[in-house]
Amino acid sequence: MTDAYIFDAVRTPRGKGRSDGGLHEVTAVRLSTTALDALKDRNGLEGHAVEDVIWGNVTQVGEQGACLARTAVLASGLDQSIPGVSINRFCASGLEAVNMAANQVRGGAGGGYIAGGVESMSRVPMGSDGGAIAADPSVAMDMYFVPQGIGADIIATEYGFTRDEADALAVESQRRAKAAWDDARFAKSIVPVRDVNGLTILDRDEHMRPETDMQSLGALKPSFKEQGEAMPGFDKVAMLKYPHLERVEHIHHAGNSSGIVDGAAAVLIGSKEWGEARGLTPRARIRATAKIGTDPTIMLTGPVPVTRKILRESGMEIGDIDLFEVNEAFAAVVMRFMQAFDVDPGRVNVNGGAIAMGHPLGATGAMILGTLLDEMERTDRETGLATLCIGSGMGAATILERV
Amino acid sequence: MTEFTMDKGADGVAVITWDVPGRSMNVLSFEALEELDRLIDDALADDAVKGVVITSGKKDFAGGMDLKVLARMRDAAGDDPAQGLFDGIMRMHQALRKIERAGMDPKTLKGGKPIAAALPGTAVGIGLEIPLATHRIFAADNPKAKIGLPEIKVGIFPGAGGTTRLVRKLGAMAASPYLLEGKTVDPAKAKSAGIIDAVADNPLAAAKEWVLGAGDADIVKPWDAKGYKMPGGTPYHPSGFMTFVGASTMVNAQTHGAFPAAKALLSAVYEGALVPFDTALRIEARWFTHILMNPSSAAMIRSLFVNKEALEKGANRPEAPDQRVRKLGVLGAGMMGAGIALVSAQAGIEVVLIDRDQSAADKGKAYTESYLEKGQKRGKTTPETAAETLARITPTTDYAALQGCDLVIEAVFEDPKIKAEVTRAAEAHLPEDAIFATNTSTLPISDLAKASARPEQFIGIHFFSPVEKMLLVEIIKGRETGDRAVAKALDYVRQIRKTPIAVNDARFFYANRCIIPYINEGIRMVGEGVTPALIENAARQLGFPVGPLQLVDETSIDLGVKIAKATRAAMGESYPDDAVDEVLFWMADEGRLGRKANAGFYAYDESGKRTGLWEGLAAQYPPAEAQPELTEVQHRLMFAQVLEAVRALEEGVLEDIREGDVGAILGWGFAPWSGGPFGWLDMLGAARAAELCDALSATHGPRFDCPALLREMADKGESFYGRFGVEAEAA
Repeated sequence: MTDAYIFDAVRTPRGKGRSDGGLHEVTAVRLSTTALDALKDRNGLEGHAVEDVIWGNVTQVGEQGACLARTAVLASGLDQSIPGVSINRFCASGLEAVNMAANQVRGGAGGGYIAGGVESMSRVPMGSDGGAIAADPSVAMDMYFVPQGIGADIIATEYGFTRDEADALAVESQRRAKAAWDDARFAKSIVPVRDVNGLTILDRDEHMRPETDMQSLGALKPSFKEQGEAMPGFDKVAMLKYPHLERVEHIHHAGNSSGIVDGAAAVLIGSKEWGEARGLTPRARIRATAKIGTDPTIMLTGPVPVTRKILRESGMEIGDIDLFEVNEAFAAVVMRFMQAFDVDPGRVNVNGGAIAMGHPLGATGAMILGTLLDEMERTDRETGLATLCIGSGMGAATILERV
Repeated sequence: MTEFTMDKGADGVAVITWDVPGRSMNVLSFEALEELDRLIDDALADDAVKGVVITSGKKDFAGGMDLKVLARMRDAAGDDPAQGLFDGIMRMHQALRKIERAGMDPKTLKGGKPIAAALPGTAVGIGLEIPLATHRIFAADNPKAKIGLPEIKVGIFPGAGGTTRLVRKLGAMAASPYLLEGKTVDPAKAKSAGIIDAVADNPLAAAKEWVLGAGDADIVKPWDAKGYKMPGGTPYHPSGFMTFVGASTMVNAQTHGAFPAAKALLSAVYEGALVPFDTALRIEARWFTHILMNPSSAAMIRSLFVNKEALEKGANRPEAPDQRVRKLGVLGAGMMGAGIALVSAQAGIEVVLIDRDQSAADKGKAYTESYLEKGQKRGKTTPETAAETLARITPTTDYAALQGCDLVIEAVFEDPKIKAEVTRAAEAHLPEDAIFATNTSTLPISDLAKASARPEQFIGIHFFSPVEKMLLVEIIKGRETGDRAVAKALDYVRQIRKTPIAVNDARFFYANRCIIPYINEGIRMVGEGVTPALIENAARQLGFPVGPLQLVDETSIDLGVKIAKATRAAMGESYPDDAVDEVLFWMADEGRLGRKANAGFYAYDESGKRTGLWEGLAAQYPPAEAQPELTEVQHRLMFAQVLEAVRALEEGVLEDIREGDVGAILGWGFAPWSGGPFGWLDMLGAARAAELCDALSATHGPRFDCPALLREMADKGESFYGRFGVEAEAA
């Protein structure tokens, strides 16, 4: 089997996903072309350089509809002979795009791919694509549907994480993100977003709040208490699935959950031969990929079983992994991962995560993979694992190995 | 039999009058629907008819579908019941849709004849679904009339287009209280909610006038007109999305997933909202078929409607002259006595309320006063009615005031000696033919009757607390209790508008006999280290209003201790509940006596509000490492009760399974979706039930041993309603 390698990874900075956010004026197409063109320019991708662009994108309506991947390719400097496919694995879409591309390469279906994703959460709001799992009673009632935040609070309740512990993790995420920026650790990957005239619109993650401390977080109200306990009463639905719980502890709030942001990321993937033919040097081998389905109600526990699965399938143990990126969708997701594998917090999300910098749904998976690779190179580590929890109860993971 | 008649007036209005012979309220049968359909055909074809008004020959319009027909619909639907039911429902849709389209050209929407409904009074169920298919609904200004679609209350949902039409008329959000809760309103409120179109002094005249003046545009339903948008938005409209997400959640949360009808209704609404009207009706028919195919709906209709009504009307009343109570004596003005006085006075009965001292008797009467005051504040009663009701209660210490009472109910302390004293004291003043009843919940009636000079006139009338809220009254026949006493108790219960069951005398009668093992099984599991939340949630997911631990907090731990001690004394060696007592007695020793002590299995705040399961419980009975599956907990809780019901039937305590089922649902909220303990066992099948008993008994002990009757039925492949049902007897 052919091995798949990462040759390059780029990302835009993340803008606050609100109408006053730094990237709100930028279309999802332009966010996409920013990343695609950066890869093209940095790696000289002329003509039919890659087989496909696999583009993660969650809310595929409005300007993100009608196969945004293809639209973005056409709007970018890439050749029109390169097609594009939008995929949706919710929060892991960007990583799933990478995994799909890697597996196409490994299977021999083309030598090179661009994989990544985009989400303009400020322009195409999360959830605006509807969804039967939430609205169709035949599905929602049988699946015991609850929103993600309730799922995160169920994790906290089930596994005994307190509000203080979650807040401490959030403070640390902010501290690490600031330190990483101060140390220019993202410099290799960051591509500023510019306007049509070349003027810079945003060149830095703007969601961060480095001044965050336990006291400031302590003042925040739990985000999911009202919809859980009162209207419409998701907690009772949660307890139908988890009848041994008396109540759901609502520990998550805006400060210890991932930020809503805009952004895009792209990864260049190919076989060794494909790279050699273009004079490109591989940075890491994609050693393994995995995905799994889990209980949809608690929803966000996927990183644990998918990590077990990927380790088992690649004949590795948790101790073989040097660095982890576990998407900080909610504090409890990361805490559950560290609890399950008893891993040193000093090896998980070492440059901060989505709580500090934000979680642009379709792009995040590709972003954290790039962050992982940059850090592996910076600190000269051999192996790294990136994983994300996923809506409707799924998990995805990728293991990188330096070459 | 003619149920609909048509009178074609000289003014061009054909009036169709619905008047089912021999009934005080119109209910619809399939045959009658065909009659109506033929009359509509006739009116639409007759050039002399300009329009139609559908009205009633009775004071009300209609009470709905004949539920007896509905309960048997599945069995009557032939070899392929789903197809038979679906075809039957589609036929209903076709007939009502014909009224709605009224002969108009479906493209131009022109050429139809106006059809209006004139409702003199109550119009519920299909009694509203037919009007909803007309072009305009006029109702008399009758505040006592009820308008609505209460089908959900008997385990089905409006299946003759009511669901689809009301949602399209009001929007999903606004329609939900009527569809999901079965809320009924008076005509004025129905008008302001948009369910009906007009309130009129003379609805028939107003409807005729409207029909004569209506043009083509007036008779096109909004959903048949171009550009129709559902109020509040369809499921994937931004404003509608959260409504639908919320609806599934609320139904799941509030019903604990235990009521299939609500879910089927929501699916019909959701799927129907996404397609054109006629397709939506077809979808409604598919879900309605689905719910009629669910044994739960037939079981609910059978217990909550057909059999409940039969019992209320005296299905098991012995032959005896009218025994309605004129003057009632109540002995003991505590909580139960005060409640009995209240409901009796409300029913127009004179009440003498006796206690040992005047202040206690006055306090008992004051209970009614404060209840009526609250009622006035809420607009449920008028000052006049309140004054009349209150005046009927005479609080006193003097037993001589019992003169002229034809029924006495004692509700004094649960002490045989005191009960004997008051029995003798009362009988000294009572007329010879008066009936004496005891409200005991635990003491054998036949023993208490020994204090009576007239044991054939001595009976148990067991109320549940709080009296004014609980719908069931358990009548207990002692060994010597005569027929007239039974008739008296039944007639009295009918007067106070509650539902009676009449059982024979045995330990804990029927209701408590089943409730106590339910509570005990919950407590026993605590002792075993089952997570208390799992126990409580398991019960709620079965549809019980409260879990066993909450229930014992309400009834009090010390009462539990008292009952346990008495039972042990009575049973001796064979007493099976030591494991329960260990937990129960420990709780009592800790002073955790339940809600009244603001401390029990639950913790309470200062105002008496439950704040959660008591954390100290986990210290004494730490949750076990391995927790049972939810279904195991549920089977234990269910079988603890239903096996007692079976044993009560075996032993002749229960003489009629209808009473066992209705009593269980009304008495302690037994899983209403199941139709009651016997309904549940029939759903499960005797063979499967016996199998589960064997498994439970092997793991948890002989209290789950399969009763001989159930074993026999399993072997013979019988069901309870097949073997003991009233129809089986008749056949």
